[in-house]
Amino acid sequence: MSEVNVGPASSFTDPGRKVFEVGGQEVGVFLLGGEFYAWENRCPHLDGPACQGRLLPLATEAVNDDRTSRGREFSKEHMNIVCPWHGMEFDIRTGRHPTNQAIRLRKVPVRVERGEIYVTLRG
Amino acid sequence: MPDELKSSLVGEVRELQEITAATDTRDYLFAAARQAQRQYDDYELIVDVDAHTQEGRFWPEILEFMENDVLKHTALNQLAGGIRTPLINMQPGMSFQSLSGRVPHQSGPRESVSNPDKPGAAFVEIAKRSIDFMGVDYQVIFPTSMLHLGMNPMDDVEVYLARAYCRWMVEVVLPQEPRLTSLIYLPLNNVDQCERMVREFGNHPQIVGYTICAVRHKPIHHNQYMRLYAMIEESGKPLVFHAGPHWDDPSFTQLNRFISMHALSFVHYNLIHMTNWIINALPERFPKLKTVWVESGVAWIPFLMQRLDHEVLLRQSEAPGLKRMPSEYMQDMYYSSQPLERYDLKLLEATFEKMKASTQLLFSSDWPHWDFDPPSSITTLPFLDDQAKRNILGLNAAKLFNLPIKRTRPRAADAIAARAADRVS
Repeated sequence: MSEVNVGPASSFTDPGRKVFEVGGQEVGVFLLGGEFYAWENRCPHLDGPACQGRLLPLATEAVNDDRTSRGREFSKEHMNIVCPWHGMEFDIRTGRHPTNQAIRLRKVPVRVERGEIYVTLRG
Repeated sequence: MPDELKSSLVGEVRELQEITAATDTRDYLFAAARQAQRQYDDYELIVDVDAHTQEGRFWPEILEFMENDVLKHTALNQLAGGIRTPLINMQPGMSFQSLSGRVPHQSGPRESVSNPDKPGAAFVEIAKRSIDFMGVDYQVIFPTSMLHLGMNPMDDVEVYLARAYCRWMVEVVLPQEPRLTSLIYLPLNNVDQCERMVREFGNHPQIVGYTICAVRHKPIHHNQYMRLYAMIEESGKPLVFHAGPHWDDPSFTQLNRFISMHALSFVHYNLIHMTNWIINALPERFPKLKTVWVESGVAWIPFLMQRLDHEVLLRQSEAPGLKRMPSEYMQDMYYSSQPLERYDLKLLEATFEKMKASTQLLFSSDWPHWDFDPPSSITTLPFLDDQAKRNILGLNAAKLFNLPIKRTRPRAADAIAARAADRVS
């Protein structure tokens, strides 16, 4: 494993994302609610560039107490990254698919030191 | 901190941009090129039997070939008024294919090309980028917005648009790229014009067959079509049924989400046409006519085989032309792979076995539509042996469409290197 400096934390918006390629490995680094997360830029579906898609709030089915539906609403808490190849979505904090939690992005260790972001690459 | 985690710069850090509808196809499909390099770069032939034009960008070029002055005037007037695809019976406000922008390539292509003003050149350049990066030797091109044209209440619009599209393809697009092939769109609402198109365009070497866009209510077993099918059988080129979505179909108006309609509609039309084709014994009447069933995935195939076999055993008097079981006729037909339902691999394996996929299945990408499949959708299937993968990815299509088994695609590494050099310059 090797740790790589991918730039200053101050260059991120919140919520925001940057995707880096280093030595053939691609990593998406996300800032959400003041916390950094990093995932491999590889969709578990068909290996698409999952981290290079749009950031969108999780869509939810809004159901009332009497079980009637108000239709769909965007979540105020959960933000997803959407793979641009086919639209598969993953929670930025957990890397998991909203419906099937077993389908998920591969985590990449990330930390901030003296304002710089470091990710740990495989191999 | 452990030694192996010592902070350091490992090579150059390159930032990758968000993918949008304006992203170059080569960057969009970069991961597909890497899959080609790792998984099937040594395969003798890769054929994609179903990819699409996004006619919106090229519609003005196609309208130039409209042979009816009144309809051409109407179309150009609509174009000037801001309508992107004049005369097409699609409702713009009911277009959800891009998942509200989540899948940008469905909304394109908006990427730049080297020669935007030369007719056909933009489409060809973008298509070539896609086949180079998916590692495809030959691609069969279908329209997109014209998939619904069979439901257009104006029969003459279907005829003249079919002819304009076909002429644009034959006179403008195909001469620019020998790796691209296409099919004749049959305007089935006017059988005389279908026959005229077969006579006029059927011998073109890059026209590899004939297509019935399946979104239509015309019963395909009607006697009026028998002379047409005989002509197609005589030509030796296959008849291809291409499925599509149609939310306005009365049954589908009960469905309140695009996903529901999309999941059922593509399969629905091929189910209906296949059922009519079998029950009316058309395989017996046209034993040499090869049929291909496109863009319905494969899960519907064993369902219909079981269902029709069951019914025919009980109600033989209603299908008296059959000499074999429906599933046996279906096992002689060809099917495109996309969208390959891969969630339950055991079920998929049983499906492949039942439909004789190793000889009857043809890889299709459906690029650039939102649910496209790269060739890795086949190469990564754990239950297929190497020969079956090679057959499905190209050799079956070569036999069916009479394509040469000759590599025309660049090595994946060369395609990747050329793009990298492009970026630097």
